[in-house]
Amino acid sequence: MNDRARAADTAQTDRIDWTPYLAGAGIGVLSWLVFVVVATPIGVTTAASQVAGGVASLAVGSAVVEANSYWARHPFRLDYGTLFLVGIFFGALASALSSRQFRIETVPSVWRERFGPSVGKRYLAAFIGGAIAMYGARMAGGCTSGNGISQGLQLALVGWTFLLAMFASGVITATLLFRR
Amino acid sequence: MIANTSVTGLLLAVVFGAAFGWLLHRGRVTSYNVIVNQLRLKDFTVLKVMLTAIVVGGLGVLLFVNLGLANWSIRDANMLAVLIGGSLFGIGMVLYGYCPGTGIAAVGTGNVHALVGVFGMILGAIAYAFSFDWVSSNIIAAWRLGRVTLSDLTGIPHLVLYLIVGALALLLFFYLERNRASLRP
Repeated sequence: MNDRARAADTAQTDRIDWTPYLAGAGIGVLSWLVFVVVATPIGVTTAASQVAGGVASLAVGSAVVEANSYWARHPFRLDYGTLFLVGIFFGALASALSSRQFRIETVPSVWRERFGPSVGKRYLAAFIGGAIAMYGARMAGGCTSGNGISQGLQLALVGWTFLLAMFASGVITATLLFRR
Repeated sequence: MIANTSVTGLLLAVVFGAAFGWLLHRGRVTSYNVIVNQLRLKDFTVLKVMLTAIVVGGLGVLLFVNLGLANWSIRDANMLAVLIGGSLFGIGMVLYGYCPGTGIAAVGTGNVHALVGVFGMILGAIAYAFSFDWVSSNIIAAWRLGRVTLSDLTGIPHLVLYLIVGALALLLFFYLERNRASLRP
């Protein structure tokens, strides 16, 4: 990492004085609350699929979306899951503003160091990566939150299989992509 | 139990979601660099957050289930689907630099590329919905084990498994903290 990149990264993260263990324990305690109070474990991608259904109905018409067997099970509506996503956005925004970490970032330093300063290249990778990650998460039945943490903490086979597959594939991909 | 679409349910969704987003930012997993460096095995913040959440969360939920205050919410283990889906997810996570939850949180911290990835996520979800019938009959149905836990598979009680996972996590954390300097990128 060059000095400028290190300085930029330091500016974004080093002033946060929480250890990762405290944040992890906080997510654990939050899981207690959601299991007891709303009985809907933390998750992201089911609700994101509902939102995608709403977007799709603008593009291809609501008749097509209503006829789809997947969206028939997960229709777009304002419910617990979709508003949870809205909450995630505002919670992170509040944390970033209150710790003075809010910063417009287009190309992160680790990416820039390996693939250069092109914003278009970074956006293209983010777009394709987001699409692949979401497709995989829906096939697996959940993402890092819904499968990894919420199923993992219940010791469900599906959660731990997901964690192993995700980390194995992620480590191999990262090693190949970042190899010089 | 509070209904999913009641006013109370919707308010709680925003409150719990905001707590989750806040914690993700405080845990620094809203940073592209932190997540990608985890997968390059140069920074173990992601594993520290996740393993701590799993052990702390799991022990508490086990207690509340035993007190009759909560129910397990275990999903089917469709093994081929979770193996293929999880592997695709790992590839996507390296390119994006986020998983879906941390990506949405990162948009809140000002990361424009994270927002571009959210648009990609919507496209991915649309593609999944249109291929769902095929995936359902060919991949999801191929190898189903049902709602099983590691406790069902091994015969070891939940509590003992949490203690084992917790002990292994503590050993890993202890090792990582001792070797912190050499693991810095």
